[in-house]
Amino acid sequence: MLINLFHTVRSSGVPCTLRELLDLLGALEKNLAFADMEDFYFLSRTILVKDEKNYDKFDRAFEIYFKGIETLEDIFEALIPEDWLRKAFEKELDPEELKKIQSLGGLEKLLEEFKKRLEEQKERHEGGNKWIGTNGTSPFGNNGQNPEGVRVGGEGGQKKAVKVWEQRQFQNLDDSVEIGTRNIKVALRRLRKFARQSTDYELDMDGTIKSTARNAGILDINMIPERTNHVKVLIFFDVGGSMDPYIKLCEELFSALKTEFKHLKYFYFHNCVYESVWEDNRRRTQERFLVQDIINKYSADYKVIFVGDATMAPYEITNAGGSIEHWNEEPGGATIKRLCEHFDRAAWLNPVPDDHWDYTSSLCIIRELMDNRMFPLTLKGLEEGMSELSK
Amino acid sequence: MKFTGTKNYVSTEDLSMAVNATIALERPLIIKGEPGTGKTLLAIEVAESLGMELIEWHIKSTTKASQGLYEYDAVTRLRDSQLGDERVKDIKNYIKKGKLWEAFESDKQVVLLIDEIDKADIEFPNDLLQELDRMEFYCYETGETIKAKKRPLIIITSNNEKELPDAFLRRCFFHYIQFPDRPTMEGIVKVHYPKIKKALVKDALDLFFDVRKIPGMKKKPSTSELIDWLKLLMSDELPDEILKNADTSKAIPPLYGALLKNEQDVQLLERLAFMSRRDQAK
Repeated sequence: MLINLFHTVRSSGVPCTLRELLDLLGALEKNLAFADMEDFYFLSRTILVKDEKNYDKFDRAFEIYFKGIETLEDIFEALIPEDWLRKAFEKELDPEELKKIQSLGGLEKLLEEFKKRLEEQKERHEGGNKWIGTNGTSPFGNNGQNPEGVRVGGEGGQKKAVKVWEQRQFQNLDDSVEIGTRNIKVALRRLRKFARQSTDYELDMDGTIKSTARNAGILDINMIPERTNHVKVLIFFDVGGSMDPYIKLCEELFSALKTEFKHLKYFYFHNCVYESVWEDNRRRTQERFLVQDIINKYSADYKVIFVGDATMAPYEITNAGGSIEHWNEEPGGATIKRLCEHFDRAAWLNPVPDDHWDYTSSLCIIRELMDNRMFPLTLKGLEEGMSELSK
Repeated sequence: MKFTGTKNYVSTEDLSMAVNATIALERPLIIKGEPGTGKTLLAIEVAESLGMELIEWHIKSTTKASQGLYEYDAVTRLRDSQLGDERVKDIKNYIKKGKLWEAFESDKQVVLLIDEIDKADIEFPNDLLQELDRMEFYCYETGETIKAKKRPLIIITSNNEKELPDAFLRRCFFHYIQFPDRPTMEGIVKVHYPKIKKALVKDALDLFFDVRKIPGMKKKPSTSELIDWLKLLMSDELPDEILKNADTSKAIPPLYGALLKNEQDVQLLERLAFMSRRDQAK
């Protein structure tokens, strides 16, 4: 009754429930896919998978199931991160070496060895002659030169795949950490604060009924303002230098922010916030805004977001005159501190992955200045940051 | 009742299977895919090929789920009551039926298209859970339960601007329209322009897929853009060689306005063309 297929699909990470299994059985009862493997594949994919990013996981699970491999260890095998196997360079072996590595035993022995090594190995691997990965001479992996090797993922050389699910067309849609404008928008929604302000132009039904009744039945229409998002946001972007690799990410964040918030002001800085910032990168030398003016102008209920990698020399934060571009009377850290003191809510979004944070001392200093309110610029980090801001 | 595409619409095998599963099990079908791959057109063609009426509900950012059921026009009724209008005695005169009500009420099975569901508020799909599941809802004003006489065939399109809630997805079938490969694309072109010259199609498709391969494009051209572009190429009666000589790396394609919808993409293409010309001059 397909329960094994269902379990295989589930354990490969596709979220499907009993309800979908029942739907699939119902569809089979109606003879939608009769004795045709490809039809069955399309049908089960339509019913079990609800997001294109899970198509690839489903393809792998389907392949495993119908190759008759039923143990869970093999599913583990199917979940090898794809980037371990990505081809990086072509490596040629001279014929002598080829001869040397020929024959490592039968196929079964190879598979057994594969699983054993896979369990020992926890990281992506390339080259070398033992671990599973790309371009190596180990019998396991891809693009390698071992003639008796087992191919894992990657391009299949000359062999043309026969079955649809083996083609894995949806591989690039499977992207668990993808962060795009729309995902950012969904995360930013946490920062919504609805309030009725501005002019009245919506009919207040309750108010109208109440005052009409009070008016002895003579109609008395009441209006109220529309509910709109009233959160106010102030953003400081780090530009140039070490931020260049993150331009695309910042662009996406910026465009999401711009459409999401009506009250949004943004400023730029380089490396660390000093006494002045700028609004237009082309006129950064002519047109500067004093941070003190910003503090005076914007009320404390503005939410402040810094976006930057916080990666620089420590003296750029801690020392007066530490800036690499001009002479600053006051250390940059003091400016950040002042901003944090004035505004009730602030957060720092950092595009650097959070497991690298501890290795950069300037990053630790800024984190301390921000009272640990630094979040990685991933979907999860963004969500945490937004809930911190909306507390 | 089986859907296999129509004379105007090329359906791939997997898409037909998804539509047929929807017909057999009477579950809503969610269609996702790149803009311009024919998501909305699918509902229109399904309705036509099955000989059913099509009811279209286009969603906007301000659309509320209850608008699909019905709206109670309290203000008009209040005004009528002040004027002593006879109509005021029957509340039914002030209930405006929504698209779902229309679809449920129909004696024949209809196709209901809920277009671009992701445009609405995030809570929108959650508000329709019961209605789509049981195909019935309760009208508080008149105290009646509206139940679908024939469960309509519901096709929902999404551009993926917002994630849909899990509970909603559970109740639906899902299909992602993949960007058509070359043979499918040739089929689609043939359906739209049966008299087009083979050579033109070949050259145009070469160019089209080349343009799609350029990394860093903001909006890749899709099927509907290709169709428009071919129409222009045909009506302009360009000499045959113009496409052959127009290597994307050397010059931007003729009539590119139909293919590229973003000035940054045009600039990107121009820059690439310039760089390639410069390299050749060296």
